[in-house]
Amino acid sequence: MLTAPLSRPSGLSCRQGRKGEVHLQPGLLGSQAQEIQTRWRPSPCFGAGKRSPTKMIHSLFLINCSGDIFLEKHWKSVVSQSVCDYFFEAQEKAADVENVPPVISTPHHYLISIHRDRLFFVSVIQTEVPPLFVIEFLHRVADTFQDYFGECSEAAIKDNVVIVYELLEEMLDNGFPLATESNILKELIKPPTILRSVVNSITGSSNVGDTLPTGQLSNIPWRRAGVKYTNNEAYFDVVEEIDAIIDKSGSTVFAEIQGVIDACIKLSGMPDLSLSFMNPRLLDDVSFHPCIRFKRWESERVLSFIPPDGNFRLISYRVSSQNLVAIPVYVKHSISFKENSSCGRFDITIGPKQNMGKTIEGITVTVHMPKVVLNMNLTPTQGSYTFDPVTKVLTWDVGKITPQKLPSLKGLVNLQSGAPKPEENPSLNIQFKIQQLAISGLKVNRLDMYGEKYKPFKGVKYVTKAGKFQVRT
Amino acid sequence: MLESNKDSAKLDAMKRIVGMIAKGKNASELFPAVVKNVASKNIEIKKLVYVYLVRYAEEQQDLALLSISTFQRALKDPNQLIRASALRVLSSIRVPIIVPIMMLAIKEASADLSPYVRKNAAHAIQKLYSLDPEQKEMLIEVIEKLLKDKSTLVAGSVVMAFEEVCPDRIDLIHKNYRKLCNLLVDVEEWGQVVIIHMLTRYARTQFVSPWKEDDGLEDNEKNFYESDDEQKEKTDHRKKPYTMDPDHRLLIRNTKPLLQSRNAAVVMAVAQLYWHISPKSEVGIISKSLVRLLRSNREVQYIVLQNIATMSIQRKGMFEPYLKSFYVRSTDPTMIKTLKLEILTNLANEANISTLLREFQTYVKSQDKQFAAATIQTIGRCATNISEVTDTCLNGLVCLLSNRDEIVVAESVVVIKKLLQMQPVQHGEIIKHMAKLLDSITVPVARASILWLIGENCERVPKIAPDVLRKMAKSFTSEDDLVKLQILNLGAKLYLTNSKQTKLLTQYILNLGKYDQNYDIRDRTRFIRQLIVPNEKSGALSKYAKKIFLAQKPAPLLESPFKDRDHFQLGTLSHTLNTKATGYLELSNWPEVAPDPSVRNVEVIELAKEWTPAGKAKKENSAKKFYSESEEEDSSDSSSDSESESESANGEQEEEGDSSEDSSEDISSEHRSDSESASEVGDKRTAKKNSKSKGKSYSEDGEKENEKSKTSDSSSTDSSSEEESSSDSESVSESESEPESRKVAKENEKKKTKQDRNPLTKDVSLLDLDDFNPVSTPVALPTPALSPSLIADLEGLNLSTCSSVISVTEEKLIIKSCSDNWVRTPVFVPVKTHVLLHRMSGRGLAAHYFFPRQPCIFGDKMVSVQITLNNTTDQKIENIHIGEKKLPVGMQMHVFNPIESLEPEGSITVSMGIDFCDSTQTASFQLCTKDDCFSVNIQPPVGELLLPVAMSEKDFKKEQGMLTGMNETSTVIMAAPQNFTPSVILQKVVNVANVGVVPSGQDNIHRFAAKTVHSGSLMLVTVELKEGSTAQLIINTERTVIGSVLLRELKPVLSQG
Repeated sequence: MLTAPLSRPSGLSCRQGRKGEVHLQPGLLGSQAQEIQTRWRPSPCFGAGKRSPTKMIHSLFLINCSGDIFLEKHWKSVVSQSVCDYFFEAQEKAADVENVPPVISTPHHYLISIHRDRLFFVSVIQTEVPPLFVIEFLHRVADTFQDYFGECSEAAIKDNVVIVYELLEEMLDNGFPLATESNILKELIKPPTILRSVVNSITGSSNVGDTLPTGQLSNIPWRRAGVKYTNNEAYFDVVEEIDAIIDKSGSTVFAEIQGVIDACIKLSGMPDLSLSFMNPRLLDDVSFHPCIRFKRWESERVLSFIPPDGNFRLISYRVSSQNLVAIPVYVKHSISFKENSSCGRFDITIGPKQNMGKTIEGITVTVHMPKVVLNMNLTPTQGSYTFDPVTKVLTWDVGKITPQKLPSLKGLVNLQSGAPKPEENPSLNIQFKIQQLAISGLKVNRLDMYGEKYKPFKGVKYVTKAGKFQVRT
Repeated sequence: MLESNKDSAKLDAMKRIVGMIAKGKNASELFPAVVKNVASKNIEIKKLVYVYLVRYAEEQQDLALLSISTFQRALKDPNQLIRASALRVLSSIRVPIIVPIMMLAIKEASADLSPYVRKNAAHAIQKLYSLDPEQKEMLIEVIEKLLKDKSTLVAGSVVMAFEEVCPDRIDLIHKNYRKLCNLLVDVEEWGQVVIIHMLTRYARTQFVSPWKEDDGLEDNEKNFYESDDEQKEKTDHRKKPYTMDPDHRLLIRNTKPLLQSRNAAVVMAVAQLYWHISPKSEVGIISKSLVRLLRSNREVQYIVLQNIATMSIQRKGMFEPYLKSFYVRSTDPTMIKTLKLEILTNLANEANISTLLREFQTYVKSQDKQFAAATIQTIGRCATNISEVTDTCLNGLVCLLSNRDEIVVAESVVVIKKLLQMQPVQHGEIIKHMAKLLDSITVPVARASILWLIGENCERVPKIAPDVLRKMAKSFTSEDDLVKLQILNLGAKLYLTNSKQTKLLTQYILNLGKYDQNYDIRDRTRFIRQLIVPNEKSGALSKYAKKIFLAQKPAPLLESPFKDRDHFQLGTLSHTLNTKATGYLELSNWPEVAPDPSVRNVEVIELAKEWTPAGKAKKENSAKKFYSESEEEDSSDSSSDSESESESANGEQEEEGDSSEDSSEDISSEHRSDSESASEVGDKRTAKKNSKSKGKSYSEDGEKENEKSKTSDSSSTDSSSEEESSSDSESVSESESEPESRKVAKENEKKKTKQDRNPLTKDVSLLDLDDFNPVSTPVALPTPALSPSLIADLEGLNLSTCSSVISVTEEKLIIKSCSDNWVRTPVFVPVKTHVLLHRMSGRGLAAHYFFPRQPCIFGDKMVSVQITLNNTTDQKIENIHIGEKKLPVGMQMHVFNPIESLEPEGSITVSMGIDFCDSTQTASFQLCTKDDCFSVNIQPPVGELLLPVAMSEKDFKKEQGMLTGMNETSTVIMAAPQNFTPSVILQKVVNVANVGVVPSGQDNIHRFAAKTVHSGSLMLVTVELKEGSTAQLIINTERTVIGSVLLRELKPVLSQG
């Protein structure tokens, strides 16, 4: 049986030396000048095997929220885990996970990290590279995990460590992205399902695709070949989000509409689709999935494409900011903290404004209360609320608005006694959803299919949501 | 288990091993057992063994060799994917012994039929290179081969390898440049990023700058025409005035769709490409896409905001329409908030400041105190940048002084201090208020700031200051060191101004300070005591104590922390970190043309050499071919271009000159008609047709230029406004019209037909010159230098009448072949016009003239004069021409072609040349219409009788040394100090006289050089700033008469406020 040898091999003594050096470093880190000095100092260890630095992503570490490195992958020579100490240091300094700088410079490496689903993806870079390149790639990795395992969590990754490794191996070659399209990856490495794992354990077959992917070789690398469905369907979700800042008096400081069209396409063969809008001029700024033919859009304002198989984001767009944005809800609020007393009053009411005759549902109000707030004692007329005394976050799950009886949340706020009253009232973050409505008025005109004979089932769904919707109080 | 016969058991074992690797545990002891399985039939086992191999091969090199034969076999597999993956793993095994095998494999794979295998070969190149740099030469050969590959699959990878192995071998790209541009859209997204970055660097070395020089960038190159290979081949590497190279255009055009990419890295790459290489007027389109990226996740936002911050410093207009997108939300992380704040500050201007200030008020109250403090600083910066709101800001900040939060108050105090220092007028009230605050504030920096302020203004608050000192004396021992130092300062200042009241107090404080624990304070105490307290030993210095302590202090400059970041290429790691990252490749400046032309020649020849063997035989085609090519390219372009133009034309100032360049057909057709009439090969009909609109556009452009030159940062010495003025210099515009021709297909067609009619043997570019000779092209383009070969051509062909001044001087220059001075385009062209004929006296015909300050095309001793004729009657005026000339002896005049008719309300600009014989004598002549004759005269200001000359400081001094004594006139000027800033002086001098700026090593000496138009004698102007708002103006010239006249003219201009 396998036993894990724990001792470090002699070949790595050099690395250990480095580790020692690293422990000396943090003291120096404080001063910029020192750090630069050290950066230019040739590294005795890393200069050993190779002279020229290599580009792109060198190694990847996955770190959970408690600071454990639970996965590492190296595409080139091995970089010691101790390099993450710099990251931890920065994390400590930042206090808040959101404030960890995405790019950290260390004497020999640069660390570029992203924070997703309570995990940090820390990549090690040795030389100049566009940081967005790495960031974008790391997000793509996280997306792929999400896609494969349904969630991008420590547990899921640990359970599927072999698949993760295989995926990473395929996605990067020598630190340069190789296959990042999920269609191709899924051909190479099949996502785990319960059924398959049962079958595998019995038959000994593997979850590595035995057919070799062909998509990678074709002109349309995003679509796998030989797709077959009995029911051919194409669904489009037009999802619009309203980003807004509403000021104290209820007037709109800033509002714009951001939309996406997500597609779920299950069509056999090589369908060539074209999607047209009733009012394409609404779209001010659009970004496309690579499958869309840009020329057609430029000339005719028609989305023409051979779709990838499965779920993907077709376009995302912004509606021109000149158009006035209809704000579907309003909030009446009165939050006050009394001077020199340990309580305050809290009262908010939500009502529908311009909802185009649709019901507004899924309303949630989140408030980051000031630090001096100890507890809140509120009564909602509708829904339920929670207050987390540690993070000071108040969440009120409202649900639907019925115009007859407007939902409100009233009550008292307990403040830390003796502390000065907070200067600013907290701002309210509001979430809501309106089904069957695209707030910008965007409408899909028709979807045509060429290249295949069958008749697909087509469908479009519209949803409007609150994006970054904030009410200042 | 690994020894087991069953695949499932082996697989299970391998999975566990991989699990160990993933956790960072060592599994190298299992190496022999694992390697055996490399030949396994099961694909998954095989893959996992590969994973293991790649990880540990470096440590167990001998054993790793066992596996090599398997890969070698696989490399011959009929399945391309197996070949590819074998190559991948083989090249990932970092064992030096197998380098030759890898090399062989790479070579073979690079010739593989499958593009996928070739792609992997490109990847393998990098791996091999990092393993053994010795192989570089061989690898470059492979790269060269792969670069020729037409597959989109390969392109990204091979460019990556190129960047890694030999980023300096730009010559490898030449032949593949267009192909890469055209393939770009179809390359996978990661490859796009790499290619775009590479092409950006390429463009910066191969094309000339399309920029106006108004942005204060210090690229004062006279750009030369390069890399338009077809041109080069034929016309013996002539250098030409700036035209947008079609290849340059191709790159810009082909990257535009990528702004729509879903990949943030691609968008950013395109954005930086636009920023670094596209004409300024087209950069605007990237802002929309960048703002879109702000919807993305935190990390992307962070990087994008940083880049926007850098951009917004230089070009506010770009992001102004998106101002609100940078409003801060309370949920943003602090780093994002501060970046947004930074951008908002950069974007602040008179128009939006009130909205912004309201927004800032909200931020100040934020719970995030770090952010609130940053906001206060921001307000301070806005206050200094926008003078209109300084008072409002100050008041606002004063209100904040009563804030409960100490950090906020302290920050406000510090900012107020800075603000007051900048304009120490009447702010006694604020100071009093702040003095009161001393009782409550505890933050040392703030206390120190208040004390400093009181000390500095102690004469304005005579009652409070001593009182404050008294209080501070009481608490001296318990103060922070920083505060103690300021108490000492305050004491010293008061002692000097108000010794009666404060003598004892100060002495008390000095005594306290003497025994302080901190040596800084003891030192300071000793120093101050010696300085201010009179005793028998005190030296000469104490007499000046008051001057020392109460001297005027320069105000601090509040500027953006992103100010210095622009020297890094945008979107790079170095830019993000604001330090040079390892392996950062400096983005070269646009090809620079040093004053020494021989260097340029070499460079061109060198480039040509590189090109010649490139087998561009097909480029050596007839003129027709060339035209049709450019037409193809551009007809497709024009539509999209004009679209982007209309977007970006939203009154953004920066765009000016350029927008006219790209925007519309009619403008360029104007140019054409214009030029034709001027160069007397004109087609009168078109001239007539367009005359009306032309006049308008012309005057507009004139205004714009004026505006621009005002805003232009004239401190950037000679380069500052070279470009816009180049618009007027004929030498430049001779062939400058080419970009227009490229842009406008129709135009080309016309031209083509015309060209067909022409039974000329000249080659293409010269045809261009002939057809398009826009005398008054409002298009502002950088000044290129003419290469000697061009001059030879010019001369040989005797192009119209213009043996232009430039070519002559150029020739001289070649003969001398040393860094002699030579004529260049004017630094600045004033748009001041003079009335030639008033409409009342001209019966409805009005005429104005002005000096475009360009070498005259009619004769090299002539001054060019542009006359704008306006018909203010309601009838056509026909046959406008110049009648009898009454010129002083020696003076000559080249008249404009008669104008057949001028429509009512129409206007037309014609140019003529007058040889004034270097005198300010009046040229009188008659301006005739069909019916009338009007006597008019032109008297040139002395400054217009000059042509600017470029020379180095050294040459200037040398020449000046030869022109002393009789040839030197000088005078002393008195003026307020604000008139003696470099930019003001530059502006004033060039306004008066057409001189060139000589780069000066000293701050207080400004030098200008010119030569007279007729005799070509040098005219050297020196403005030397002296102590106490005086300056000496020296003019050295052989033509003493003109010299003294110029002196007389310059003196009042420089001394007036």
